Amino acid sequence: MLEALRNFADTYLMWHEGPLIWGSDALILLTVIGIVAVLTYFKKWGWLWREWLTTVDHKKIGIMYMIAALLMLFRGGVDAELMRTQLAFPGNHFLDAEHYNQIFTTHGTIMILFMAMPFIFALFNIVVPLQIGARDVAFPFLNAVSFWLFFFGALLFNISFVFGGSPDAGWVSYPPLSELEFDPGPGENYYLLGIQISGIGSIATGINFLATILKMRAPGMTLMRMPLFTWSVLAASIMIIFAFPALTVALALLLLDRIAGTHFFTMLHGGNPTMFVNLFWIWGHPEVYIVVLPAFGAFSEIVATFSRKRIFGYGSMVSSLMLISIISYFVWVHHFFTMGAGPDVNTFFAIASMAVAIPTGVKVFNWLFTMFQGRIRLSLPMLWAIAFVPCFAIGGATGVMLAVAPADYQYHNSYFLIAHFHQTLIGGVVFGMLAGMYYWWPKMFGFKLDERLGRWAFWFFNAGFYVCFMPQYALGFMGMQRRMYVYPADLGWGPLNLVSTIGAYLMGIGFLFIVAQVVYSIRHGERDLTGDPWDGRTLEWSLPSPVPHYNFAAIPTVTDRDMWWVLKNEGRTEDLQPKSADLKPIHMPKNSGAPFLIGVSFFVAGFGFVFNWWLPAVAGLCGVAACLAWRSFQYDDEYSVPVEEVMATEISLGRL
Amino acid sequence: MDRGKSRLRSFLLTLGAASALFLSGCSPDYIVLNPAGPVAREEMYLMILSTVLILAVVVPVFALLIFIVWRYRDRPGNPAAYRPEWAESRVLELVWWGIPIAIVGVLGFYTAKTTFALTEPPESNVQPLTIQVTSLDWKWLFMYPDKGIATVNYCEIPTGVPVQFELTADAPMNSFWVPQLGGQEYTMPGMAMRLWLQADQPGTYYGHGANFTGEGFAHMSFDVVAKSPSEFAQWVNQIKTSSSGLTLAGYQELKKPGVMGTVSYSSYPPGLFEDTVWVNGGRYFPDMMHMDRQANGGAGAAPGDPNAMCSPPMR
Amino acid sequence: MAVIERELTQPAQHPERESPSHHESGHLPPEYRDHHQSVRIFGFWLFLATDMLLFACLFATYLVLKTHTDGGPAARDLFDVPGFSAETLILLTSSFTGGLATLAMRRGHQKQVLGWLVATMALGLCFLGLEVKEFATDVSAGATMQRSAFLSAFFTLVGTHGAHVSYGILWMFMVLLQVARRGITAVTARKVFIVNLYWHFLDVVWVFIFTVVYLFGVVM
Repeated sequence: MLEALRNFADTYLMWHEGPLIWGSDALILLTVIGIVAVLTYFKKWGWLWREWLTTVDHKKIGIMYMIAALLMLFRGGVDAELMRTQLAFPGNHFLDAEHYNQIFTTHGTIMILFMAMPFIFALFNIVVPLQIGARDVAFPFLNAVSFWLFFFGALLFNISFVFGGSPDAGWVSYPPLSELEFDPGPGENYYLLGIQISGIGSIATGINFLATILKMRAPGMTLMRMPLFTWSVLAASIMIIFAFPALTVALALLLLDRIAGTHFFTMLHGGNPTMFVNLFWIWGHPEVYIVVLPAFGAFSEIVATFSRKRIFGYGSMVSSLMLISIISYFVWVHHFFTMGAGPDVNTFFAIASMAVAIPTGVKVFNWLFTMFQGRIRLSLPMLWAIAFVPCFAIGGATGVMLAVAPADYQYHNSYFLIAHFHQTLIGGVVFGMLAGMYYWWPKMFGFKLDERLGRWAFWFFNAGFYVCFMPQYALGFMGMQRRMYVYPADLGWGPLNLVSTIGAYLMGIGFLFIVAQVVYSIRHGERDLTGDPWDGRTLEWSLPSPVPHYNFAAIPTVTDRDMWWVLKNEGRTEDLQPKSADLKPIHMPKNSGAPFLIGVSFFVAGFGFVFNWWLPAVAGLCGVAACLAWRSFQYDDEYSVPVEEVMATEISLGRL
Repeated sequence: MDRGKSRLRSFLLTLGAASALFLSGCSPDYIVLNPAGPVAREEMYLMILSTVLILAVVVPVFALLIFIVWRYRDRPGNPAAYRPEWAESRVLELVWWGIPIAIVGVLGFYTAKTTFALTEPPESNVQPLTIQVTSLDWKWLFMYPDKGIATVNYCEIPTGVPVQFELTADAPMNSFWVPQLGGQEYTMPGMAMRLWLQADQPGTYYGHGANFTGEGFAHMSFDVVAKSPSEFAQWVNQIKTSSSGLTLAGYQELKKPGVMGTVSYSSYPPGLFEDTVWVNGGRYFPDMMHMDRQANGGAGAAPGDPNAMCSPPMR
Repeated sequence: MAVIERELTQPAQHPERESPSHHESGHLPPEYRDHHQSVRIFGFWLFLATDMLLFACLFATYLVLKTHTDGGPAARDLFDVPGFSAETLILLTSSFTGGLATLAMRRGHQKQVLGWLVATMALGLCFLGLEVKEFATDVSAGATMQRSAFLSAFFTLVGTHGAHVSYGILWMFMVLLQVARRGITAVTARKVFIVNLYWHFLDVVWVFIFTVVYLFGVVM
């Protein structure tokens, strides 16, 4: 009995690995106990279930995405700090190869799939229906399913750390390294299933928002009157729809190789590993633009608002968004120029990759000329937007350098590449999402985030960023490869690595300031009583903060691109105030527990597949099927908000 | 007045930073920027060209940003113009659609030229040398089909002679990179890839695997030692006489995952490289096999023999 | 193509603007008359796009791996012409009966809808039975998906289609129950339409499997 228990602990809980694991186990256990205790003590279980776990309200789903993204930013950030600590000195022994390999794998996977993706989805959800004058997204139930698939996919990925072992084949997880032969542990299965489950949710989100934007806009809002953030979501949704199936297939086939003994990507029996590489990057490159375009959209809103000026070259902005999303499908080979494709293939993909810089460059100049002859207020969202410009300009420029195929033979897999993509992904996506978070935070919660702490966070994070990543370009020129857990002293890489590590710590301090800022602002943040704290331009700022659950008491009719700004200038803001005579009962979707249960079922099934335990695997899949069947027979999924309730709410908000 | 000054200042700053980067590139630690052969040199020229071209965009962006944010910031009594409705200018937009297109055009032209050029051996009237490289977990095996010798974790090459590296992997895919001689190329199971490199001066050049292959990956460094042709010939003779041979059993032993130092072998099983490629899937890429067998002039199956593509190699 | 055009040119209406008795949408087929339902149909078209790309990736994988037989059975040794011809014929017919179900739905004939749905499901089950038999024969001859990359790709591509068909039958059964219980309403009309859209889509995929996998397999 005891022996069996010890065996279990060693095999699955990895207790032989020592204090690091024990500490994490204890910490997780304490956190869970703490959460359960608090919820029980304050009798909040019912509230949690009714208000959050079963909600189909896009605003609440958006908030849950954002909280999850920030938590994952923390987890991925800790991974980054651990890696940088290990690399601070040559020949360091802080981490061994096994742990370092796991950590860089989880860092990359988490940051892209479980931080950047939920962060953009958070903004999709919070902003898009409000910007286009809709009551919710096209498919609110599906939207909740998407969230819970993401959530449980991320959870499945994260528990690998304490149950069975983390994946360690890199976030790209190229076979044959990721095949059973070379990587027998359960970690890789966790990677495949965690991403697969959340990826299904992402596809659903793409479908949902494309349908929402094309079908749910308020009357008068033609495509060319849509705010640029909504345009960027449109472009990103199209790309999700066209890119994610390739990932689904790549992951599914690799999973079959690992659990069903097939030979898609194995070394022997006819497998072809490069097929995985192609499928992965057919998704992987558009994915980069999927996460960066919404950031571009957020910057467009912010730059116009804080320059008190119309966005410059709206037509160019729209066409460049669409152009980027198209070109992004013709560049995937630039991730493996050095895998021996012919010179003709390489040339094509090199020039296509450079061509992405054309519409991107146009966007940068349009942002600059939006500020030109405006009145620039340096509030937090604008600070991040301004910091984005030089950061992304360098990141984009080094991207063009990398696109030069023959030169890429020298940059590929070196720290030059690492510096480049961190510069675009942090400078573009993280800066953009933080700017968006600061910008739309009052709309979500009804108060602003503290400006002073936010500035500390801004300067620490920005200074830290350059200190961390500029040396890495140089390290690339010194021949340092990525994914080395240790390096010798005689190559001269030591000093720059130390500098880079210091920069990473500075960024970590910046993140802590953001945490402090959020905590402080919950009590002391400036309350937003007008609903329009930044002197905004688009429809969401015509609503009170936070927004009532039905969004618009009366659906507005749109006559201009910067509708709210124009009305304010013409002194006609009451046009968007509801009139009691026009109010009608509002049909809203009912809350449902099914999306949460679908997520749980997928989690159970995924967990079963990770360990080839067929009972939970089949049980989980049956759970999914049962939920779907139940949903098919559910006809009574809407309810009506009576006029009196709408009126009472609007009066209490001072709008009637 | 202010406008001009700040623009000039930021321009000079950027120029200074750029030149600092290039000057520091002369430090011997920046091996990518200290090419020791024509391939690496060609690649560095492209790096410099692309850097100059992108600076033509980046510098104006920096300058404009500083100028605009400073000049149009929201402070009481700012005399600068404020035109909240000004949002279109066909001329300006043509400029910044046009300039990047022109830059991509120029850069694309040189990229295409060099991409095609680098698939050919460096210009030379010397007979090229072929070295077959197999990446293993976690070591490098170099085989000299013309000399019949093999080495592990180091190789020697004659200076001034174009070297054709044929690359494969008998383990997860890696990437073969000797920065001072030229860019890298993946080593992949079941494929034989070709990379031309050449060293101009004698020296010991740092090489390392560039694609992650698991636990021992960080220790997969190797040296490429360039020597004058006569010294090289001497070295070959020395290996032939003083080292023992690599047997098939020895190769199976070598394949087992692990990290090790350098070894030399006076001989190796003929056709080992081709067999490795074949077994791992090369049989499905007859064109590639064909190319390599021809290039090797007789190692493995008979070159140009169409049957060689359809039947397994003889052991 | 015309359907897609209709989807895209349909003005962005808001549900608020639409009362149940909208006068101008009278000429629209029943599944499109209610805004909620027509948005769902549009969403389903988008889903089909993703599913089509999923199959495209599986086809690409199959084409890359189809010569990689590892000395095991090749396409020519495996495929049984009468077998896959029968499968094709049955599935094409089921698509036709499915289409008849949609037409009956548009004319408001509940009984006919039920009848054609049953016929479609029955044909779908026959198809599945033949496919299972084909797979069983292959496996008993040693041609398992673990044997070679070619067989992995073959079983995965054709099997994924088969899984889709199985799922479609279950789904159609649920729609059948709902039409039986509730008659033809805006919601059930949409459901009949969508499940048949799905069914036609599987038919289109099969036509590609028939051509690319089976025909090229036995001919080349």
